Amino acid sequence: MELTLWTYEGPPHVGAMRIASSMEDVHYVLHAPQGDTYADLLFTMIERRGKRPPVTYTTFQARDLGGDTAELVKSHIREAVDRFEPKTLLVGESCTAELIQDQPGSLAAGMGLNVPVVSLELPAYSKKENWGAAETFYQLVRGLLTNQTSTKEQKEHLPNRWKEANRRPKVNLLGPSLLGFRCRDDVIEVKKLLSDFGIEINVVAPLGASSDDLRKLPEADVNVCLYPEIADSTCQWLERNYGMPFSKKVPIGVGATKEFLEELHELLEMTPPDKNQISRKSRLTWYSESVDSNYLTGKRVFIFGDGTHVLAASKIANEELGFEVVGLGTYSREMARPVRAAAKELGLEALITNDYLAVEAAMEEVVPELVLGTQMERHSAKRLGIPCAVISTPMHVQDVPARYSPQMGWEGANVIFDDWVHPLMMGLEEHLIGMFRHDFEFVDGHQSHLGHLGGHQEKPKDDPQSIPSESSSSEESPTWTPEGKEELAKIPFFVRGKVRRNTEKYARQAGCRKIDGETLYDAKAHFKA
Amino acid sequence: MSGATLLKESGPREVFCGLTSIVWLHRRMPDAFFLVVGSRTCAHLIQSAAGVMIFAEPRFGTAILEEKDLAGLADAHEELDRVVHDLLARRPEIRTLFLVGSCPSEVIKLDLARVAERLNSKLNGTVRIVNYSGSGIETTFTQGEDGALKALVPLMPTSQDEQLLLVGTLANAVEDRLVKLFNRLGITKVSSFPPRQSTNLPSVGPGTRVLLVQPYLSETARLLKDRGAEILCAPFPLGVEGSMLWMQTATSSFGIKDSTVQEILNPLILRARQALTPYKEKLTGKRLFLLPESQLEIPLARFLNRECGMQIVEIGTPYLNKEMMSKELELLPENTVVVEGQHVEKQLDRVREKHPDLVVCGMGLANPLEAEGISTKWSIELVFSPIHGIDQSSDLAELFSRPLHRHELLNRKQLANA
Ligand code: SF4
Ligand code: SF4
Repeated sequence: MELTLWTYEGPPHVGAMRIASSMEDVHYVLHAPQGDTYADLLFTMIERRGKRPPVTYTTFQARDLGGDTAELVKSHIREAVDRFEPKTLLVGESCTAELIQDQPGSLAAGMGLNVPVVSLELPAYSKKENWGAAETFYQLVRGLLTNQTSTKEQKEHLPNRWKEANRRPKVNLLGPSLLGFRCRDDVIEVKKLLSDFGIEINVVAPLGASSDDLRKLPEADVNVCLYPEIADSTCQWLERNYGMPFSKKVPIGVGATKEFLEELHELLEMTPPDKNQISRKSRLTWYSESVDSNYLTGKRVFIFGDGTHVLAASKIANEELGFEVVGLGTYSREMARPVRAAAKELGLEALITNDYLAVEAAMEEVVPELVLGTQMERHSAKRLGIPCAVISTPMHVQDVPARYSPQMGWEGANVIFDDWVHPLMMGLEEHLIGMFRHDFEFVDGHQSHLGHLGGHQEKPKDDPQSIPSESSSSEESPTWTPEGKEELAKIPFFVRGKVRRNTEKYARQAGCRKIDGETLYDAKAHFKA
Repeated sequence: MSGATLLKESGPREVFCGLTSIVWLHRRMPDAFFLVVGSRTCAHLIQSAAGVMIFAEPRFGTAILEEKDLAGLADAHEELDRVVHDLLARRPEIRTLFLVGSCPSEVIKLDLARVAERLNSKLNGTVRIVNYSGSGIETTFTQGEDGALKALVPLMPTSQDEQLLLVGTLANAVEDRLVKLFNRLGITKVSSFPPRQSTNLPSVGPGTRVLLVQPYLSETARLLKDRGAEILCAPFPLGVEGSMLWMQTATSSFGIKDSTVQEILNPLILRARQALTPYKEKLTGKRLFLLPESQLEIPLARFLNRECGMQIVEIGTPYLNKEMMSKELELLPENTVVVEGQHVEKQLDRVREKHPDLVVCGMGLANPLEAEGISTKWSIELVFSPIHGIDQSSDLAELFSRPLHRHELLNRKQLANA
């Protein structure tokens, strides 16, 4: 039993809903009680979808349990098939139905429906949303393809057969889904990117795909695994069964986009892209070099989110923006291994957890200047008074912007530069406003977006006023004199926490009981040395 | 009885389960914690319904059952003890802990009453542990509040005093206002349940008259009756008329003279009616369809019809307690269609066919209907907003006229061109 106040991922059947809703002609009959229908609002509210997810919930009640719940399942299946006429029917259960073991999948299979049925078994008590999405996508692809007699050509798949066939190379883009981070725009950007190199798109799935599209997957030369969380198992299966190789680089960031293109060219046995074709295509490179960006040097950044975006972010932060990564972690157990490896390379230990309070505590400990995280890290960072940009799901409605804002490709890198640097600048502005707050232009209460976004006004924890004064503190910890506090207040808020902690640490080491302005400067010199 | 036509429907439903009411209950009683014993789905439901408002450390959480808990009930009990122990150690400010049952905990027959009993004797009164069910197989949305309050009834002290007890969560400001009004009307002792402090439970006994603030508290009412209280039967305090009749039911039961009541309420009524006028203009003749969710559907329809001139196309309600709703049903126009239960697909077919001007529905359905050009109002907003009482009537009407107003604003061009 695990005490959870808030969870990064939903249950696995929500992952299945993401796949079903992403596709065109799939319907999902979910054996579940009425309350589970809440999941619709994730799609209609967070993504502002104007369509209901294609899901029929059986909404069984306690009084049904004594009777024939199997018959109930069947009648819902029949009705859903008649009403929605799907091309593929997904059948599965949520946590509660898993316990009553009606086996809706086999029930459906025995009904003689004239539509392919894919039965989903998603263990709700051990797995989570992303796993459920990946498993559903995999089962769908497998289910639809194994019903097909594969042609000889498919079995002996050669990634360079496009040459012989005298056509352009074509690839599948696998993994984009609803409720994924910026998938809508990533697909557009990657399509654009590939068309620059004459690479055509065979199928994009699951986002926008039909059942027939899935049947066409083997017609591509290579698979592009855009979001490993969702598509890795499917890509592996297609490789095993159809000999289709797949790309492993995710094109988020300038360097990763280059590597992705090179990898894809190699897989397709194309001549490697011309250097000119892949350098300095994103403004991120020059923006980062420009003198204005000097102040970004060594910014301490804390990164937490899903595996894909966290890995990409740490590389961009480290190699392309000259930041210092001081914390790295993910809630995605499936991606723990690569994230651990990446952290190790940076001399860090990865934080693998589903507990947002542990993430907040880690953040508080390293006192970063920028947090890159999920919507929850935005809240935590706000409480700690640290600027934050959201780079991963779970997200809010505000993280699904109206404007074009991919993360992938050259334009994605531009977007990332803006999205990360903007909060840092606003943080600086906030500080300047603080410094000049006695000037008449600055009316009381004026704040940047950091102050008023969303409304709960909490004092940042390092507000000098909230430091316990001399009389109230305990034996061991040194106390701040009023003059010391005044000096501390002059330190920009985004480093204040760090300075305060360092100074207290120094004071303890030096056996100093009272911290005044001098102690602060002593500490500063001590830690620089 | 009225001329309302009562129909029943069954099929796939689209409603929240009782766990959802934790979202407002935890705010009402800041010294209480709601621990759901359930699955990741339950945890995800509450955080999704609570929407963007995540607090540093919320006063609700879920003890998520894992595979090994399902394997052995004995271990599940032990595990739950451990979780509760850790939680209380971490949050010493908690005075009442609600153990909230879910579908999974009920299906595996985890007996939370026994757990509560055991923990109570262990904790020795430092923290009170109570339990109720918010499961989706037993309860719908607001019914969760009924369960929570019902669990508190046995803990209420007994008193013979003459008093008025308002039952159901109210916004604090509205509560203050209503209590003050009752005082002015001559009812001196007025308490509310649930209280603002979970430990500060009101008393109950033969002198108590219960006036329900919300229509979904039938079980709580039944237990209060068992404790000797008299349950007053009234329309619910939504809108000028409903609030007035609601208050009058109390005053007449306390033997307060009509003239006194009129003297005090009339100016308020006059003022409230005036404030309603602009909204009434917007809403008159507009057609209203309410999908079942909160149980507030019938009182809201009554208000919007009688005081705002809206035409009712259909009122959906997740379940119908005829006794509880009798005064409301009487006020509905002849032949109003009231559908108990739900077949969401058929209901949406009717929505499309009848094309109402405004649909009251859950959050999952709102944008899809908007995308079809139908204005909507979220029903969950109505359980969060201060809408009760005479003075709030215009605010309540405003909630419904805003989507229509917005629709007009955005479609002005079209109308001009048409
Ligand atoms: S319907 Fe049941 S399983 Fe679903 S969230 Fe509600 S209590 Fe949990
Ligand atoms: S302030 Fe409220 S809306 Fe804004 S990010 Fe925080 S919780 Fe979300």
